Amino acid sequence: MPDTVQFPMRFGSSSGQPVTRRDGIAKVTGTATFAADNAPANLLHAVYVSAAIARGTVTSMDVEAAKAHPGVVEVYTPDNVPPLPGDASSKPFMFAFRFEPLQDNSVRYANQPIALVLAETLEAATEGARLLAPKYAAETPRIGLDGNAPFEIEGGGFGLPGTTVHGDVEAGHAAAEASVDLTYETPEQYHNAMEMHAVVAEWDGDHVVLDVPSQALVMSCAAYGYYLGIPAENVTIRCPYLGGGFGSKAALNGPTVLAIHAARLIGRPVKLMLKRDQMFGPVFHRGATRQRVRIGVDGDARMTVLDHESLAVTSSFDDFIESAANASQGIYSAGALRSAHKGVRADVGTPGPMRAPGEASGSAALESAMDEMAEKAGIDPLEFRLRNYAETEPGSGKPYSSKALRECYAQGAERFGWSRRPLAPRQMTDENGMLVGWGMGTALFAAPMFAAKARAVIRPDGTGLVETAAADMGQGAWTVLAQIAADSLGLPLDMVEFRSGASTLPDAGVAGGSGHTATAGGALHAAGQDVVARLAEMATADPDSPLHGAGNATIVARDGRFWVEGDDSRSDGFADILARNGGAEIEGTGGANRPQEAGAAHAMYAHGAVFAEVKVDPDLFQTRVTRLVGAFAAGRIINPKLAESQLMGGMIWGLSFALHEEAKYDMRTGRVVNGDLAGYHVPVNADVKGLEVITVHEDDPYVNPLGIKGVGEIGITGTVGAIANAIWHATGTRIRRFPVRIEDLLAGSR
Amino acid sequence: MKRFDYSRPASVAEALAAWQPGSAWLGGGTNLVDLMKTGAVMPDRLIDLAGIPGLEDIEVSDDGSARIGALVRNSDLAHDPAFAAAFPMVAEAILAGASGQLRNAATVGGNLMQRTRCAYFTDPSSACNKRVPGSGCAAVGGVNGTHAVLGWSDSCIATNPSDFAVPLAALGAVVSVEGSDGRREIPFSEFHRLPGKTPEIDTALDPGELIVGLRLPAGAAAFRGHSRYLKLRDRTSYAFALVSAAAALRMEGDTIAEARLALGAVAAKPWRAAEAEALLAGQSPSPELFTRAAEAATGGATPSGDNDHKIELARRIAARALTLAAAGTPARMPALPASVHGDNAHA
Amino acid sequence: MSLSISLTVNGDRCDVDLDDPRVTLLDLLRERMALPGTKKGCDRGQCGACTVLVNGRRINSCLTLAVTLNGAEVTTIEGLAAGEDLHPVQTAFIEHDGFQCGYCTPGQIMSAVGLIAEGQAGDDAERIREGMSGNLCRCSAYHGITEAVQDAARRMASADERKSA
Repeated sequence: MPDTVQFPMRFGSSSGQPVTRRDGIAKVTGTATFAADNAPANLLHAVYVSAAIARGTVTSMDVEAAKAHPGVVEVYTPDNVPPLPGDASSKPFMFAFRFEPLQDNSVRYANQPIALVLAETLEAATEGARLLAPKYAAETPRIGLDGNAPFEIEGGGFGLPGTTVHGDVEAGHAAAEASVDLTYETPEQYHNAMEMHAVVAEWDGDHVVLDVPSQALVMSCAAYGYYLGIPAENVTIRCPYLGGGFGSKAALNGPTVLAIHAARLIGRPVKLMLKRDQMFGPVFHRGATRQRVRIGVDGDARMTVLDHESLAVTSSFDDFIESAANASQGIYSAGALRSAHKGVRADVGTPGPMRAPGEASGSAALESAMDEMAEKAGIDPLEFRLRNYAETEPGSGKPYSSKALRECYAQGAERFGWSRRPLAPRQMTDENGMLVGWGMGTALFAAPMFAAKARAVIRPDGTGLVETAAADMGQGAWTVLAQIAADSLGLPLDMVEFRSGASTLPDAGVAGGSGHTATAGGALHAAGQDVVARLAEMATADPDSPLHGAGNATIVARDGRFWVEGDDSRSDGFADILARNGGAEIEGTGGANRPQEAGAAHAMYAHGAVFAEVKVDPDLFQTRVTRLVGAFAAGRIINPKLAESQLMGGMIWGLSFALHEEAKYDMRTGRVVNGDLAGYHVPVNADVKGLEVITVHEDDPYVNPLGIKGVGEIGITGTVGAIANAIWHATGTRIRRFPVRIEDLLAGSR
Repeated sequence: MKRFDYSRPASVAEALAAWQPGSAWLGGGTNLVDLMKTGAVMPDRLIDLAGIPGLEDIEVSDDGSARIGALVRNSDLAHDPAFAAAFPMVAEAILAGASGQLRNAATVGGNLMQRTRCAYFTDPSSACNKRVPGSGCAAVGGVNGTHAVLGWSDSCIATNPSDFAVPLAALGAVVSVEGSDGRREIPFSEFHRLPGKTPEIDTALDPGELIVGLRLPAGAAAFRGHSRYLKLRDRTSYAFALVSAAAALRMEGDTIAEARLALGAVAAKPWRAAEAEALLAGQSPSPELFTRAAEAATGGATPSGDNDHKIELARRIAARALTLAAAGTPARMPALPASVHGDNAHA
Repeated sequence: MSLSISLTVNGDRCDVDLDDPRVTLLDLLRERMALPGTKKGCDRGQCGACTVLVNGRRINSCLTLAVTLNGAEVTTIEGLAAGEDLHPVQTAFIEHDGFQCGYCTPGQIMSAVGLIAEGQAGDDAERIREGMSGNLCRCSAYHGITEAVQDAARRMASADERKSA
């Protein structure tokens, strides 16, 4: 590869532009195909029965009644389901969660699948499932943070946060001139993507084609292959669109594997879509936490210690701990830092990663505690954070790869009007007499990168084709990744075809950790570089090319042509080069990953500041967020329009965390009582007004070649605390249990 | 969903003739079809009323009365100009409930017949005396922060979820029903039933009786200038009430000539507060008066579980609704109907 | 029992031989008429993803039994655009980025079309927010949705004025 070719880092031609979604027309016309929209011939519908107890055994089911219902084809129960080839109780790969493939009669959480019905119609399958009318021998369930004895966590594995200590924590406590010692609680939350988990499985011999929402297409093939006892290459996943994922579609889940298994047993294609209430159990959630945050400050309100402990609920049979206390790492300068985790086992489905796992819950507590500490120290909450600004990563001392948090604070505060905020609570009312409060919080999210591959082709007509098995769950991969690829190919966006959303394409890694654009984009960028370099080499070696013998002169790719830099008379078109050299397309490949040494050299995070205004009825305490301003610095923004949408979405998730989301468990039965969208509140349109996002540009030469950090999750962090702090500022009542409810504010006022 | 037979009679007479035990009347279906999906309700046959002519009229008369056909869609009633002008708090209550889509489907009769949203009622695997008499009440001792604080019994602590029914109770509406024995009228105060020992019986309808219409009595429109519905909820829209109140005053100068007050989401029926109404009559509006009236309205309230807060909130929303009614009905429907975050939610 | 119904879907008259009265309009469209653009988000009238127009009014198709729709006119997301020409609401949703994953989008758009036709909200942001609150969006694209509906309402109002002028 000639080292003379200068690759187009001219971001601004496609990257950086607020391009509208390339999948927009498909999505507004109803032609975007989600998993359950598929209907192969000879399809059977699957509906499974959910356990109505949280712990115990199924003692009987009326299989005859179900089978007698017209249209019911088969009923699978532990009595007739052959074992899955792969062991569902093992954890054979990194993101494996244990699940229940109907191998025995035990129930270990409410809504666990206990039988599956196949029928010719959805109506028959649904009624067949009801007719099974299971009977149970129930045992007393262990539910909640106090339902069982806490256990220590070894740490290290996936979902197993340990204890991190920097500095002398006891000395930090001892040195404090003022301190707070506060306990916060966060509830179980359920992802509830609008698209329920679904699969259409069609077998052909020992090959299976799956229409299934997946945040990790290629990786999931190996996982399905393991359970189904077939090689990964025998599994094809088609997933052009996910109807939201938020982490719940990153790992495999039991019901989906069961439906695929059933399709093989019955010898016909099978479609399963979970019912909404079935989303509350077998498909992950955010575990409840109880967090103790202790902060000590010296006479200048500089933190001598930040000590954060968390107790989180996990299941009785698997491990995933909401790593809440880790939210206190990497964010504020403190003399000593400690993040410690414990778990408690309950008879619930296993929690899993849910949008900003750990960070969301941890930030809610930390940013509230920061506000309480600022109040106690008698200084403005923003000033308190600035006074404890981390110039290098606390603990490790590593420099940040980039950190424009100061600018975020400044721009957000300016836009919001923060300087007019009275220090004391209950100072502001509006023209209607509503209590008005302002609060803020710091947003932080790591900027990871995973491994990915991509392929890039320049076709004989000079257009580009790029491929990687990325997942678009709404973040905009179809658009953003194409923008990156177009720049890497030196082509206008409309000359680039982007293929994605199928496991037959090169592995794009997982759409998670806010790292998908950096990862898949990085691979596409590398593949584009590779094919452009090959084509440039072809041109410079071609005696008929104006570029022939360009020697050490620099060649640039732009608008489908190569140019000798500084000499506009010498250029050659991609199509012309290929035409003169055999007329075949030319292909390149590339990969992305972060070298270990890069991570060792720099701390990499996206940063932000969120400012919230709430209005609270002074007597009735119904709360509405009336303004929410977020300023975020997340490296290079490839598409400002789509990044803004994602950041807003994250902020509304923060609003939801602060005011709405909570799965309510009946402690006697271990069942979620509000397991539907009427009872489990997420914000509606009328809950959202006055939303503003500012993006602060960062040039980050270290995070990855494209300088991208990611915007998918950071919006939640900071926002929860900002809203809780604003409610305190409005009412003078501090609620340390999320979500903040009318009855809590009423009680606090009396 | 259990299989059922379906018929679509062309008249009330045909409908009544089609009824037999195990039948259910189908109006808009927004509540019935939902409950059939969960299995809480399992009729053997649905009698679809949509083909019956003559039940879709709205008539507002000069004497301040109104007649509304049972099949009038909720949204059509709320947006009927004559009706909304005469009974603004009824329109506001309708628009504070459910969503635009649901209001387009739900009927007036169906709204009055909707079942409780108690989660233990909706879920067939929970004990519920309303669903299966004698099976017990899982809500007692369960998750019950939104349950009844008035009129409940050990058998059932569920609430009636209707917004629409609250101002109707305040205005003394009358439900017109028809059965095999002919037509009769049921005063609103007697239409919904408190649970007692028979919580499975929601209303005063006899089996096989059909709601054909609703009547607001003469003079009901006299409250039009001073009436409000206010609803407290856990999100800004598309949520059932935590508590709500309908307040209406007939003013003569600065004096309250007549007052109406009903509370929602506090009992198995919309809670008409007659004692409070009597206390208000002949008085001049004042915060102290409204506080006393609100106290009277919640007299006898006791928590049925973790819902002590509802008593105080009911008191406060009653006082607020009275205050807003005294300040006068807004000229235009608030953008956020019945919300404390809407325009005109503060006097 | 015979449950044949005849209805018009997106302008096409269809005779449907229903073998089962339990079939909802949503499942009729998705599973029996190959119109999966209408989405199932809760199946219980709690999310709005299944919103379609029946006789010009927005309703939740998940709570509507198909058998009740004899003679009805149904419009789904697939029938909204006139060939290649998008409906103004569709255009506005793209321009204002009124969606992310796109799953709730057909319901949002049909609801917006219904809301504009109801004529109660105009281009008032707060009335639009309230009027669109029966459509949940878990990606939380509400900011763009409200802007899109405002914009489309204005465009449609001015187009109507031009027509009547």
